Amino acid sequence: MSQQHVPAWIHVIVIPLANILLASFAAGLVFLYLDINPLDAVSTMAYGAFGDSYGWGYTLYYTTSFIFTGLAVAVAFHCGLFNIGGEGQAYIGALGVGLVCLGLGGHVPFIILLPISIIAAGVFGAAWALIPAWLQAYRGSHIVITTIMFNFIASALMGYLLVEVLKPVGTMSVESAVFDQASWIPKMWEVLGFFGIDLQKSPLNLSIVWAILCAAGVYYFIWQTRWGYEIRSTGQNSSAAEYAGINLGKTVVLAMLVSGMLAGFFALNVVQGEAHQIKLSLVNGMGFTGIAVALMGRNHPLGIVIASLLFGFLYQGGGELQFEYGVDPRIIVVLQGLVILFSGALEKMMKHPIEKLYLKLASGSKKSAAAEA
Amino acid sequence: MEAFNSLILILDATLRVATPLIFAALAGMFSERTGIVNIALEGKILASAFAGAAAAYVTNSPWMGLLAGVMVSVVFAWMHAFATVTHNGDHVVSGMAINILAAGLTAALGNFWFKQGGNTPNLVDPFNDIDARFSPITLPFADQLADVPVIGGLYSELISGHFLLVYIALAAVPVCWWVMFRTRFGLRMRAVGENPSAVDTAGISVAGMRYLSLTICGVLAGLAGVYLSVAVTAQFLPNMSAGKGYMALAALIFGKWRPRGALLACLMFGILQAIADRSQGVSLGGFAIPVQAIEALPYVLTVVLLAGFIGKAIPPKAIGRPYVKERE
Repeated sequence: MSQQHVPAWIHVIVIPLANILLASFAAGLVFLYLDINPLDAVSTMAYGAFGDSYGWGYTLYYTTSFIFTGLAVAVAFHCGLFNIGGEGQAYIGALGVGLVCLGLGGHVPFIILLPISIIAAGVFGAAWALIPAWLQAYRGSHIVITTIMFNFIASALMGYLLVEVLKPVGTMSVESAVFDQASWIPKMWEVLGFFGIDLQKSPLNLSIVWAILCAAGVYYFIWQTRWGYEIRSTGQNSSAAEYAGINLGKTVVLAMLVSGMLAGFFALNVVQGEAHQIKLSLVNGMGFTGIAVALMGRNHPLGIVIASLLFGFLYQGGGELQFEYGVDPRIIVVLQGLVILFSGALEKMMKHPIEKLYLKLASGSKKSAAAEA
Repeated sequence: MEAFNSLILILDATLRVATPLIFAALAGMFSERTGIVNIALEGKILASAFAGAAAAYVTNSPWMGLLAGVMVSVVFAWMHAFATVTHNGDHVVSGMAINILAAGLTAALGNFWFKQGGNTPNLVDPFNDIDARFSPITLPFADQLADVPVIGGLYSELISGHFLLVYIALAAVPVCWWVMFRTRFGLRMRAVGENPSAVDTAGISVAGMRYLSLTICGVLAGLAGVYLSVAVTAQFLPNMSAGKGYMALAALIFGKWRPRGALLACLMFGILQAIADRSQGVSLGGFAIPVQAIEALPYVLTVVLLAGFIGKAIPPKAIGRPYVKERE
């Protein structure tokens, strides 16, 4: 009985769904307390997020951000590392994008600038992950603590640069100059409008294509390359990996560099695609949302894209709740916390009962099949 | 005399800024010494600050605020224990969940109850007869001695005139040291963090010890939150913990998981903050040091310490690992 096999779909589909249902149930109770009928709230949110091309645009814009930060967390997870530093890495990535756009915008054609800004976003983000990675790999300091510290250091550094260096003389608000229009990543409504498809204006831009490419790239990297194999081995059992001849230090640094790079790409969407300038605390917790996205997507790129869409829906729909019910839009943050709690911290709570139930049902149906024969 | 006065003012501000860090670092010590990673300090501080201010306003009593804040913080600590001890969940993920949950719940509930954009109403409001803030305590003879040179500054400005919670925080340090290093309870607690199976073999419940230590952690973190909202600002503001939980964690690591070390680290971080608050940067030998650099210094120093370049910080051995009883 105890040795019976529990099929993969139980772990991949049933248990995650059960966890999300629990989280939704808990969220439903919070909504009820706030005098909101949860079902009405869901339909309001669905209308706000998917009702028209404006809603869709915002939803997919947020989705793009979450794909980047979610993939970043997932790659580190595969190596057994918890990268809480997505927030800081994305912020520094924005610096890279900003410097490229401020320096080259208008001087070189967009088609040449874009690859440079993509590389800058990735390199700056990866650079911010390098020191925590190196310390984890070779000095034994814990990556969770160092990446937390680096988030704060990043925000102090960016605060300084914005106030003292990047802020144009004579302006009041703490933000950089607006980039030259030639460096902006085209908006989706502009691109599709060119082909005769009419969309309402929204911040959705071509970064989403890059996000999908990155998701595919992460899949290939983690499951089809030697590096990915080494990362997964290190994450599953580092002593076995070391015994098999894998260089642990190098693998840890590699995983964190890729993770930081992906977090840095966040800036393409938000800075080069939408804000067109560097602003204070532009990441605004989305790096942390990446943790929820990765947990929910089971660290698989496909799962992460789906989870990002869900969170994009929550973010856009949550704004709609504010108009409809006057509720604080940060109610979405509660939902996010509940998802992390139930599908992350309490994931084992549902695992054993569901496995037991499955085994009971399976053995029951086998017995009845045997009786019929 | 001028220099002396500004020194006194900076030290005075240091005590004020360091108090929540001291509470939170001690809270973290109880948790981490028994092997539970606690990045949830931030969320507990925020939640208790909110609950404290809300309850103090509604009941018009700072003491009820204190009680409510501590209770809410303990509930969050139990949630952390339920996930990490009972269900062997990942400590960091659970901590993250609590931080995010606290940030969302305080904002959403605050807006729902008080309709002030997530703030609680001011705790000092003479027009509506509300006075629910802790008042500073003036020690005996402070007023008489205020004009005496040097002693007046030291005693009346620096030592007297703080909130009760400041003195409690300072007193809590030796008390926590005594509990942790001089009692049987503390020995067991530390043993759980180093070698839980040995403790289990001795017939002591590992889970029980961890729940207990997280309860103490909740109480102390609650005091930190209540101090922020009910004593200092007399109001809850969204996200008012502003990274203090993480900074306390850094102080705890800096103090090598010991009360005295943590206290010194908190005071050092407090001085840095007080200097940063007072001035727009400090100039040192002609170089202007920007205020952001002073603010980032605690974090940079902690990273350098963790890297093993200035002494070595060795965490409790069983930290972050779930304890699963061996079974046949």
